[in-house]
This record gives sequence, C-alpha cells and structure tokens, in this order.
Amino acid sequence: MLHCKMLTVVREDRILFKDLSFTIKPGEIVQIEGPNGVGKTSLFRLLIGLSTAYSGDIFWQGSSIDKDREFFYQQLLYLGHKTGIKPELTPLENLQFFQTLHAAKQDIDLWFVLAQVGLAGYEDVTTAQLSAGQQRRVALARLWINKCPLWVLDEPFTAIDKSGIAVLEGLFVKHAEKGGIVLLTTHQDMTLDSSLLRKIELGGAAADEDYV
Amino acid sequence: MWKWLHPYAKPEKSYQLAGKLLPWFVVLTVITFIIGLLWGLLFAPADYQQGDSFRIIYIHVPAAMMAMGAYSSMAIAAFVALVWQIRLAEMTVAATAPIGAVFTFIALFTGAAWGKPMWGAWWVWDARLTSELILLFVYLGIIALYNAFSDKVLAGRAASILTLVGVINLPVIHYSVVWWNTLHQGPTISKFGKPSMAVEMLWPLLIMIAAFATLLGALILMRFRNEILTRESHRPWVRQLALNNVKITGKN
Amino acid sequence: MKTMFRALFSAFFQVVAKELQGAFRHGSDILNPVWFFIIVVTLFPLGIGTDPALLERIAPGIIWVAALLAALLSFERLFKDDFIDGSLEQLMLSPFPLAWLVSAKVFAHWLLTGLPLLLVSPLLATFLSLDIDTYIALFLTLLIGTPILSLFGAIGVALTVGLRKGGILLSLIMLPLSIPILIFSTMAIDAASYGQSYIGLLALLGAMLITAIILAPFAIAASLRVSVS
Repeated sequence: MLHCKMLTVVREDRILFKDLSFTIKPGEIVQIEGPNGVGKTSLFRLLIGLSTAYSGDIFWQGSSIDKDREFFYQQLLYLGHKTGIKPELTPLENLQFFQTLHAAKQDIDLWFVLAQVGLAGYEDVTTAQLSAGQQRRVALARLWINKCPLWVLDEPFTAIDKSGIAVLEGLFVKHAEKGGIVLLTTHQDMTLDSSLLRKIELGGAAADEDYV
Repeated sequence: MWKWLHPYAKPEKSYQLAGKLLPWFVVLTVITFIIGLLWGLLFAPADYQQGDSFRIIYIHVPAAMMAMGAYSSMAIAAFVALVWQIRLAEMTVAATAPIGAVFTFIALFTGAAWGKPMWGAWWVWDARLTSELILLFVYLGIIALYNAFSDKVLAGRAASILTLVGVINLPVIHYSVVWWNTLHQGPTISKFGKPSMAVEMLWPLLIMIAAFATLLGALILMRFRNEILTRESHRPWVRQLALNNVKITGKN
Repeated sequence: MKTMFRALFSAFFQVVAKELQGAFRHGSDILNPVWFFIIVVTLFPLGIGTDPALLERIAPGIIWVAALLAALLSFERLFKDDFIDGSLEQLMLSPFPLAWLVSAKVFAHWLLTGLPLLLVSPLLATFLSLDIDTYIALFLTLLIGTPILSLFGAIGVALTVGLRKGGILLSLIMLPLSIPILIFSTMAIDAASYGQSYIGLLALLGAMLITAIILAPFAIAASLRVSVS
C-alpha cells in the first residue's frame, strides 16, 4: 500500500501542488492525469524518493520511504523519461546489469524476455544502434524480470506501437491480479477496461492559492 | 529537549527573532568599533620596531579570526542542515558564505598592506597569508556553487555538503601550508602571533575582535532575514509584511 | 548474512565491469587524459628551457600540477553520461547503499584515469631527468595521491552534474581542496631527490586516502541526491 499524506511541492518559488493526499491499494492500476507542467513527473520523483517535498510524507507498507530506503527500493521499479539504458552496452548486458543491481529474478531466460519485447536477434548489438522504440523496449523488458510489487512508470508508452501497448496493458493487468500496484502517466489512449483503471487528476487550480 | 527550539524552525518566527536581536548587535558593533578603533589607532603606543604600521593588526587579526569564525558557524549550520534537514540552517549557510569571503578578503588585503613596509613587497608566500588565500578560494567555490543552482533549496543543500567537505579539509590545508612554508622559506618572523604583547596594545585588540564578532553576527542576521524573505516570498506572511511596509512608507 | 555480502560484492564488481566495458567500447577517448598529461608536461621544458638541473628541481611540481589538470578533465565522464541517459537514477533506486555503488564507480574511474598516469610516469621521469630514487618517490605519491583526487573529484562532480555549466565550477570547487595532496606529494619527491626519508609524508598521504575512502562515498551519495532531484 502506498500512502501519501498532505504533499506540497514547491519548485523555484512555484507551487506545483498543495496538500495532495491519496492511498493506492494493492491490485490497483492508477493513471495520474493532468495537462503538461502540472507536476506529474515531479510527483513521481517524489514518490520514488528522488526528490523531497516542501512538506508532507509518503508511506510504503506503513513506513516512511525516507526512513527505510533499502526496503522500499527492493520493492520499487521505476521507469522514467530517461530510460537508464547504457547505449554502449548490448540489450542483454543492460538487462544483466539490472538483474544484479536490482535483485531481480535470476532464474529467468533473458533471451526469452528480449524476444517477448520484440528484440529477438538484437541481443548482441549495442543499444546505441537500435531505434528509439527499440531502446524503449529494452527498458520495458525490466517489467518482465523484476520482483517488485510497485511499478512507477512515467510515460511508458512513448515510442511504442499499438500492439506493443496492448501487450504492456496485459502485463499490467496480470501484475495487478497478483496484488501489485501500477502507477503510470500517459498521453496515449489506453484500451484498458475502465473498471480496472483508476484515475487521479492533478489540477492546476492549487497552484494559484497561497498556503501556510 | 529540543521542544523549545521548535517554533524557531518556522521561518516566520526566526525572521522575527532575528529582527529582535539585530538592533542589539548593531549597537554593540558601533560601540565596540568606536572604542576599539580610537584606542587602537590613537592611544595605544607604537611598536618599538614597526612603528605605527603595526596598528593594522587591529583590523587584520580580527578580520582573519572572524573569517574562520564565519566558516565555523557555516560548518555547524551545514551539519545541522544535513542531519536534521532543517531548511533554516541551509539558509544560514547561504547567508554567511559571502560575509566570510569578504572578511577573508579584508584579512588578505590588510596582511598584504602590512607586508609592504615590513618586507618591501605586497605579497610574500607567508604561511598565514597563503592559508587565507586558499580559504578565500574555498569560500568563492561555495558561493559559486550556491549561485549555480536555480532551485535555492537544492542550492542550500549543495552548499552545505561542500561546506562540510571543506571543514574536514581546511585543517589539513592549513598544516600542509605551514609545513610547506617552513620548508621553502626557512623560518620567517612570526609577525602577528607575538606571545607577549604589551597590555596597552592587547586590550584594544581584544575590543576590536569583539567588534568584528558582533559585526559578523549583525551581518549574518541581516542576510539571514533577507534569505528568508526571498525564499518564502510566495507565502502569505511575507506578502502581508511587504504590504505593511508599503503602508508605512506611504504615510511618510 | 553471507548471501547479503555476496550480493554486495557482486553488485560492486558488476558496476566496475560495466564501467570498464563501456569505456573500452568507447575506445579512443579513454586515452585522452593521459595524452593531455604528457602534453602538459612536455610544454614546460619548451617554455622554460632544457637545463636538466632546473627541470629536475621543478619536475615534482610540474608532474603533479599536470596530474591534477588531467584528473579534472576526466571527471566529467564520471557521472555525466549516466546522468543524461538516466542510469544514475536507476543506480540511486537500487536497493544497495548508494555510497557503496558510487565507490565502485570511483574505483573504476581511477582504473581508467589514475592508473594510466602511473603507467606513463617512467616516460615523464625520463623527460624531466629524474634519477631512480626520485622516480620511485614520484611513483609512490601518484599511487596514493591519484585515488584521493578521484574521490575528491567525485564529490565535486556529484555536486555539479545536474548543472548546465558544471565544468569550470568543478575546478573551482575541487582545486583548492586538493592543495594538500599537491604539497605533500611534491615535498615527498623533493625529499627523495635530496636523499632524505619521505616515509612520514607518504604516511600522511595514506592517512588522507583512508579518510577519503571512508568519508567521501557518503559525501558523493548525498551530493547525488541533491543533483538528481
């Protein structure tokens, strides 16, 4: 369970959002919505502990994420605008590195996973030579090999085609059925059944108010 | 135990507290400066070797001491800022750095000016002056780092980290420079650190040290208040304050 | 407990291995700092004359200042690429302690930049007419001193990696802090050239290295948390 309490974020004298509270339960797929510049990425970076809030707290499984980073990061998978894929390494090497560093599943066939994301035959080419969509797929392959219950995905569908999106959505549903949490932003249309998807709207209204 | 401090962790309260303390510091500074300067420059006896030129120590020594004093207070504030994550402490670091740099510059300049009649040169690679020069570099690095960040919260945190790295390194720098100096120059006459100073000369020096200390305090308080106002400019109490000021000046 | 240690060390070696692998795939640019080092040292005889006695006297200073500048040039690479492509974020989100992982990165960086300086140092000793005892002292100070430079530099890079114009700022921050290394090292080499014992100076450098190894990773980690946010 991910619980946010009265989050306020100020960036360079601008209030992005104020007193934001919400709780996400296991098995939920949550889309954060809102126009550009409303602070979706800022919110995500806050939720994963990369930046700090002006005020407010974030709890994962009941304990503050700042208190127990190592525990939290064992259970978190984050995919940002920047993929974290090293261009000079091959897709296979990138995934192997992820496996060691994020204590992911060891007993999984990485070749199979790469085939799943449509990269069969590209295992030994350096990632720099792949197209933007393919590089994105290397990053997304992490979704198959991690053991984390909490997925925070910032625009995971960027540069991914329709059939790819459908595959990912299927994966999200499966993850949620197992009690996992998927938290994402996207500008693409999702075909996901609306009963499975919860939306949280970040409004720009709060930005003009004062706060104490 | 820290409960009584808690209200002052709020910017508004600290702003008011700093405002209440400031006049006292200013008054003390003015008094000690007048007494110290008059006594030191007019009434204290001239040095039998250096004549009147020795009187520059009434500026040099206090400035050098407070250059270090400013750094120490920054280091303490930086420690507090990073360990307890108190934003006001970060602001103190940011507020103090330029003051420390100016004090260091004054110490350097007066040291060099004193060297002219003593050694016949504006600059000699004396251990003390060299350390002060390096301290100035460290200050300038911290200020440059602070200014490079557009988000001032991050800037304060970065400056705090660098301040702490510096405080571990500064003693090493100092001793390495002293050692380097004795090796390369042979023993120079220790100019300012005379063990037996005549009492008539010592008293004004102590008063001047007190004067510089209160000046440092007053300047830190002033810059601290400014820092709070800039950082908190989006908060209602700051706007209210600004409005009140407009009203008051409007009446005049 | 045992598996935890194994996981820690395997993470350390994976980071080092990945750094080395990446650097070697990049190829040519891993040698640039070394070239720079050699060229700077070559400039001095060209600038001040080739009198062997003079060169020998100023050699320690030249070599160490050149090493400092070469180290500065190489630091950008330490975190910049990772910052741009997002792997730095992923590193920070790993369940392993960040201070531990950045130590691995700094170690790899030293292997790529500090070690080559040691390897080319005989060449420079010949250029600057150093005798064998002086050269041994030079080698030892470089051996102990360059890792300290890497650790200090990493703090500076970690503080400036998120800034658009971090390069020159990095030198402003880092150079004053590395003055003791310069002083102790050149003093040791000087002592060696006069046939005096310099073991005490090496011990001082060693103490600085140990302190830096213990404390710097935490400063680097804290700085990265500021820069990547």
